[in-house]
Amino acid sequence: MSDIFRIGDKALNSRLFIGTGKFPRKPMIQEVIESSKSEVVTVALRRIDFDVKEENVLTYIPESCVLMPNTSGARNADEAVRIAKLARAAGCGNWIKIEVIADNKYLLPDNLETLKATEILVKEGFVVLPYMSPDLAMAKRMEDVGAAAVMPLGAPIGSNRGIKTKELVRILIDEIKVPIIVDAGIGKPSEAAEAMEMGCDAVLVNTAIATAANPVQMGRAFALAVEAGRQAYLAGTAVETQYANASSPLTGFLD
Amino acid sequence: MSFYEVYNQYKNMDFEGYFSKLTENDIHRIINKDKISALEFLALLSPVAKGSLELMARKANVLTKQNFGKAMILYTPLYLGNYCVNQCAYCGFNVNNPIPRKKLALDEVELEAKAIADTGLRHILILTGESRKGTSVDYIEECVKVINKYATVSIEIYPLEQEEYERLIKAGVDGLTLYQEVYNEQIYDEIHIRGPKKDYLNRLNAPERACKAKMRNVNIGALLGLDDWEKEAFFTGLHGQYLQDKYADTEISVSLPRMRPHAGAFTPKVNVDDKSFVQIMLALRLFMPRAGITISTREEPEFRENVLPLGVTKMSAGTTTAVGGRTQKEDTVQFDTSDKRTVDEIKEMLLSKGYQPVFKDWQLL
Repeated sequence: MSDIFRIGDKALNSRLFIGTGKFPRKPMIQEVIESSKSEVVTVALRRIDFDVKEENVLTYIPESCVLMPNTSGARNADEAVRIAKLARAAGCGNWIKIEVIADNKYLLPDNLETLKATEILVKEGFVVLPYMSPDLAMAKRMEDVGAAAVMPLGAPIGSNRGIKTKELVRILIDEIKVPIIVDAGIGKPSEAAEAMEMGCDAVLVNTAIATAANPVQMGRAFALAVEAGRQAYLAGTAVETQYANASSPLTGFLD
Repeated sequence: MSFYEVYNQYKNMDFEGYFSKLTENDIHRIINKDKISALEFLALLSPVAKGSLELMARKANVLTKQNFGKAMILYTPLYLGNYCVNQCAYCGFNVNNPIPRKKLALDEVELEAKAIADTGLRHILILTGESRKGTSVDYIEECVKVINKYATVSIEIYPLEQEEYERLIKAGVDGLTLYQEVYNEQIYDEIHIRGPKKDYLNRLNAPERACKAKMRNVNIGALLGLDDWEKEAFFTGLHGQYLQDKYADTEISVSLPRMRPHAGAFTPKVNVDDKSFVQIMLALRLFMPRAGITISTREEPEFRENVLPLGVTKMSAGTTTAVGGRTQKEDTVQFDTSDKRTVDEIKEMLLSKGYQPVFKDWQLL
C-alpha cells in the first residue's frame, strides 16, 4: 500500500527525519542516513563549514535527501530570519526548520518569536517547519501564516524522556491540518512508534541516534519503529478498554 | 542585585563545619538527584565526596553526552598585545616584568588569523593585557573586523562597560571569557597589587554587563591555586548559575584554569592536584548540566584526554601565549602551555577517542 508523505513539493517514503548534531564523527551521518532510510536531514547552519570539504557536514548527506537547515543559535525572530536567508544563499535549499531558543537552561522554544519568523519566511518563499512547544492556539497561528508543518516537542531537546507532552500533541493531531512532526524528546524507538501510532505524521530524532553506542544500528531500529507505528495507525489500533470483553455478555439475555 | 550579594551570603559560612557533617550517604543521595541545590553542589566539592568520584563521573558522562553529544568544540587563543598597567602577583604580563612589550598591527593580526584558519580552526579567542592606551577598545574593534573574515571571535580582555560590550558585539564578537582569578575578596586585594584590576567589583560584575549587552557566550572561571579550591569552585558555580538564571539567552560556560609557570616568581597558595581538579569538573557538571566546560592547553596532553568524557565540551588547540606567536618570535609568552600538539594532532586524538572535533560553532549574521 502506498503511503506517501507530502510536505511542500516533496513526496517522502520515510517518516523519520534525522538530525546531524552530536555524532562521534561526521562520516557516520552518511551511514545513519543509509541505515535509517531517512529522506529529510536537518543541519545547523552555524556548524556548516563551507570551506573545507572534509569538515563540511553537507559532504555526507546524499543529494537524494531533503536538506532542512535549522536556525539553531537564533535567540529571536530576526536572527532566525537572517540564518534562514544565509542558508538559502549558501545553496541549502528553501526548507527551513525554525528554532528560536532564548533559554539555555531548558532549551525550550520561544513560540512567539518562532511565529514571527515563520510568517516572514513563508512570505519569502521558504518551506517553513517551526519547532514549538505544543500549544494549540500557537499551532493554529503557525498554520494560518503558512507553516508547512508544525514540530511540537515531546520533551526538552536531548532529554530522551519520550512523549511527555502526549495529551497536547494529541490535540494538535486532531485540530491542525498541516503535518505534525514530533521533534525532540524521543529517546527510544518504542517512543517513536508511540508517536506514530497516535497519528503523528513523522518524527525527528537526533540525540537518541547520535549518542547510541551503535548509531548506525540505532538508525535502523528507529526506521523500523516509525514504520511499525505508522502501519499500526493506518491499520486502526484496537480500542483500549478498561473491562474485559466477556464471552458471555451481561446483556446477552436481551438478544 | 549583583552576584556580589550572593557571594556575601556565603563568604563567611563555616565550610569546614559543613563538610564535617556530610556522610557518604548524603553524597549518593545528591548524585541521584535531578536538580542540585547550591549547598548540595558544595557537598560534592567536599572531602567526603572524593570517595564517590566514580559515581559522579558516570553521571557526568551521561549528562554531557545527552546535552552536548560526542562533539568537542575547538578554539585557539590569539594574543593581540601584552601591554599591561596592572601589577598582578601571579601574571607574566605584570607591568614590572621586563619582557618585550608589543601589539600586533592590523596586517599582522590578519596574518595570524590566516595562519590559524589554515589549520582548520574557525573560532579565535583574542587576548590582551589591561591597557586602554596600548590596546584600546577602538583597536580591538578593528582587530575583530579583520579576524571575522577568517573566524568567529571571543574576547579575553580587560573588563568593559556594557556599552563597550555592545559595540564589540556589533563589530562581530560573540563570546566573552573573563576570569575572576580569585573570588576571595581579601586575597584578590592582596595579589592585585596595583592597577585598575584592583577593583574587585568592577571585575566581578563584568560578565553580567556582557550578558546585559546580549553577548552570546560568557565564560567564567577562577585561577585555581590562589585560594582553597573548594571555595573557589563553589563560587564559580554559584556565579555561573546566577548568570544562567538571570540571562537565559546567554550560554554560560566555565573554565578551570590551573596555575602554570610564568615569567616572575609566584608560588600558588594551594596545589590543586588532578583528583581535586576532576572533582571540581564533575561537581560543576552535576550542578549545571547545560553549562559548557572548557579545558585549555595549560593541562598535560594525557590528562586532557582522560577528562574528555567527564564533562568537557570545549578545548583549545594549537596554542601559543605569545603575541603574534604563530608568525613572529615567541618572546612574550604569558605562561607556558603543557599541550603543544598541533591542531591536526588534537583532531586525530579526538576522532580516535570517539569525539567529533567541531571547528565552526557559529555563523556570523
